[in-house]
Amino acid sequence: MLRPLPLLTTLVLAGPVLVGLIGAVLPAFGYLVPGADMPFSRALDWPGLTRALGVSVFSGVLSTLGALGLATLILAGWHGTRPFAWLERALSPLLAVPHAAAALGLAFVVAPSGWLMRAPATLLGWERPPDLLILGDPFGLSLAAGLVAKELPFLLLMMLAALGQVQAGSRLAVARSLGQGRVAGWLKTIFPGVYAQVRLPVLVVLVFGVTNVDVAVILGPTTPSTLSVQITRWMTDPDLSTRAVAAAGGLILFAATLAVLAAWIAGEHVLARLGRAWVWSGHGLPERAARGTGLGLATVSAVMVLLGLAALAVWSVAARWTFPDLLPEGLTLRSWNRFGPEMLATAGDTMLLAVAATLVSLVLVIGCLEAEVRHGLTAGQRALWLLYLPLLIPQVTFLPGLQLLPLSLGIGPSLWLVLLGHVVFVLPYVFLSLSGPFHAWDPRFAQVATGLGASRNRVLWRLRLPMLIGPILTAVAVGMAVSVGQYLTTLLLGGGRVTTMVTEAVALASGGNRRAIGVWGLGQALAALLPFALALLLPAILYRNRRGMRHG
Amino acid sequence: MRLALSLLAALALSAPATAQTAPDPTDWAAVSTAARGQTVYWHAWGGSTATNDFIAWIGEQAAEEGVDLRHVKLTDTADAVGVVLNELQSGIESGGSVDLIWINGANFASMKEAGLLFGPFAQHLPNWRYVDTEDKTVETDFTVPTQGYESPWAMAQLVFVYDSADVETPPASAAKLLQWAHENPGRFTFPQPPDFLGTTFLKQMLIELTDDTARLQDPVGDDYEEVTGILWDYLDQLEPLLWRQGRAYPETGPRQFQLINDGEVDIALSFSPGEATTAIENFELPESVRTYVLEGGTLGNASFVAIPVNANAHAGAMVVADILLSPAAQLRAQTPDILGYGTVLDMEKLSEEDRAAFAELDLGIATLSPEELGTVLPEPHPTWATRLAADWVARYGVAD
Repeated sequence: MLRPLPLLTTLVLAGPVLVGLIGAVLPAFGYLVPGADMPFSRALDWPGLTRALGVSVFSGVLSTLGALGLATLILAGWHGTRPFAWLERALSPLLAVPHAAAALGLAFVVAPSGWLMRAPATLLGWERPPDLLILGDPFGLSLAAGLVAKELPFLLLMMLAALGQVQAGSRLAVARSLGQGRVAGWLKTIFPGVYAQVRLPVLVVLVFGVTNVDVAVILGPTTPSTLSVQITRWMTDPDLSTRAVAAAGGLILFAATLAVLAAWIAGEHVLARLGRAWVWSGHGLPERAARGTGLGLATVSAVMVLLGLAALAVWSVAARWTFPDLLPEGLTLRSWNRFGPEMLATAGDTMLLAVAATLVSLVLVIGCLEAEVRHGLTAGQRALWLLYLPLLIPQVTFLPGLQLLPLSLGIGPSLWLVLLGHVVFVLPYVFLSLSGPFHAWDPRFAQVATGLGASRNRVLWRLRLPMLIGPILTAVAVGMAVSVGQYLTTLLLGGGRVTTMVTEAVALASGGNRRAIGVWGLGQALAALLPFALALLLPAILYRNRRGMRHG
Repeated sequence: MRLALSLLAALALSAPATAQTAPDPTDWAAVSTAARGQTVYWHAWGGSTATNDFIAWIGEQAAEEGVDLRHVKLTDTADAVGVVLNELQSGIESGGSVDLIWINGANFASMKEAGLLFGPFAQHLPNWRYVDTEDKTVETDFTVPTQGYESPWAMAQLVFVYDSADVETPPASAAKLLQWAHENPGRFTFPQPPDFLGTTFLKQMLIELTDDTARLQDPVGDDYEEVTGILWDYLDQLEPLLWRQGRAYPETGPRQFQLINDGEVDIALSFSPGEATTAIENFELPESVRTYVLEGGTLGNASFVAIPVNANAHAGAMVVADILLSPAAQLRAQTPDILGYGTVLDMEKLSEEDRAAFAELDLGIATLSPEELGTVLPEPHPTWATRLAADWVARYGVAD
């Protein structure tokens, strides 16, 4: 009964991506969309293409390098210390904050008329903010900085999880005993192992950095914008044949993403070679500087995002609030009264969709993992790539196609399509969070139970799953957070009829109303955080009389 | 179990209702009977919270006539156009997902030309009898005759918004604006074309600068370079004096309001004479903000709603279009702290009571009276907007 599940899972993951790609290739070469004349040459003739593509690639690569480097420096320099515990606690909730809300908050903090500048402005009595191009700079530096702040928690937690599988303690002890400093020793002995474990997540971050829409539209440049933002513009152009140009642009972006991935993998080899030479040389690092930089930059990035969220919270209760006041003239609940009821209604739908998508994913994932145990249908490295396929292909490339192709078969946008789309993105994350603990479960429990006459199903239901309740709940929380954050998926596959908190929030963001964004953004962050809180709380309650399970 | 039930309910909602044949707009009794029990999906821009609240209120009125109105919040009208086009291409000729669109001139022209719209229906709506067809441009949209394929619901006119605390005499012509920008570099900007408000600014400046405004009423021709050269010369001078030296632009009109509130610029644009007052009421602008128009007049047009030919609920959509024209809805739309949109109705045609209600309306601190709004300039042919926006993007939007 379990045998077909891995195949089914493969279909669920790869099917929509393939369908979406076909739906992108056809219009790009002049099919499906009538009146589209040479979409490819129109996309290639767009005068901003070089710059837009350049900014996309530059900010994407820079942000990935930044987030990875920073996460590495912090782990190398501070893992196991008190500042690290503090930083981890400050950063983890940021994972659940929607990208658009984080970006909008950040934008208000760093703009020339933003919170940071208002302190000197108030003191020095400036009436006007300086006319500086901080947000939307032509090189996408502020976009890259925003992406680093948002991706750092993700990479940090991924690396932290990987640490458990590389005998970090003993490796570091050997390095230290050979006279290596803390950071140098960590980089030489632990980083290679950890990086091998988090390589795919890093590539996901890279692809997201190059192709994201929701952050780039807020922090990125506008003359021209990044290619992904331009593609969404083409998709919404009044001239309908431009949709085909969008498809062509999507393929160009896809090609560029593949090139960036190839370059990154080549870079890995070069770095590995240099690294080996460095290991043999026995040279160390400026330890103090490295540790200081890591902690300093990570703290700055955490503080900026937290300040941004605090700003949104203040905006959500602000009466009039003009430059250069540090705080609003008064507080009012008007924004909450105005947007709150609608938000709560939408929150219900959002959670329902998240629960449904996560449950489907959970059943498939547990089925696959159990099939692996029972029938030896192991998922190799290749299968892992498959798992990451939806995350490694730009959303702006295949989602429009995924909407277009079913439509040409007479299947309109619907909640079912949205649910399927969510599963495509939720499933990989559920799989990644659950496969480690599932494999780590001690098989001797099963042997003992089988020896006592229990069937394999009974072992699964009475032992394995209950003992793994903690990791399962965490996987559910991760899955729900991913579902809550799906913007393009919900928008395109739902044809605008399926509204969730994120589609509402981004629609409001186009009007730039910080009060509304404050209410919706906080609501969305809560919606994503709630499952995490439950995942922590439930096992503690369920196992209040099982001491050995509390930290399991 | 409750969860499962509500999931089922949600799924049931998304199932397409049985498609109905479009009713005859001339037989209103049949239309309003057919409308009962229908769900109308109104695709309208969702970026303005004031508009969203107004649409929710319209929904309450529609519910009284048995119509369930749902606002599909768009970031761009073209999204809805794309949905309709996709559906028709895939052979979905009835029971489509869009019932009503808040449409703009360029989209109307392209949809009407492609035969994507249902109608004519507008002149058969019961409340059409109140509409001011004499003095208001409600029967042409960007020079394209509407012929009843769309129904007006609000009048819009370009106004300039300024902070009177920073600007004493706001510049009321293209030449004065350039002069003012010289004196106050970095204090003016406009939404980045192809945003409709930014494009409107380009059209307005072209009208200000050109000698032959009549030429703009006809489609763009071979003389495009000749006609628009003067505009690009002007913008070449203006650009380095803009906010951020023209290296970045606000995305939309509301964002530009935020820049005034943040003290980053002093002058902004709005296509709704009452929007600034509404924004002041909502704490979104300083209380010192006022509006003005240019000496030679400013562009104006009407906002319309249209019904796609493959809509699922034609009757329900017509009922909503009719509610939008009702004196009560028009009065609410014109109320400054609600929406502040100009009415499309003719005061002379209203009942005594309704006329008095409109007269009593305090337009608000930053709204100009109809007399102060001055001359309304007709919109150029839609081809000008498209061409100007594309040209602007090529000149200023892709490199610095």
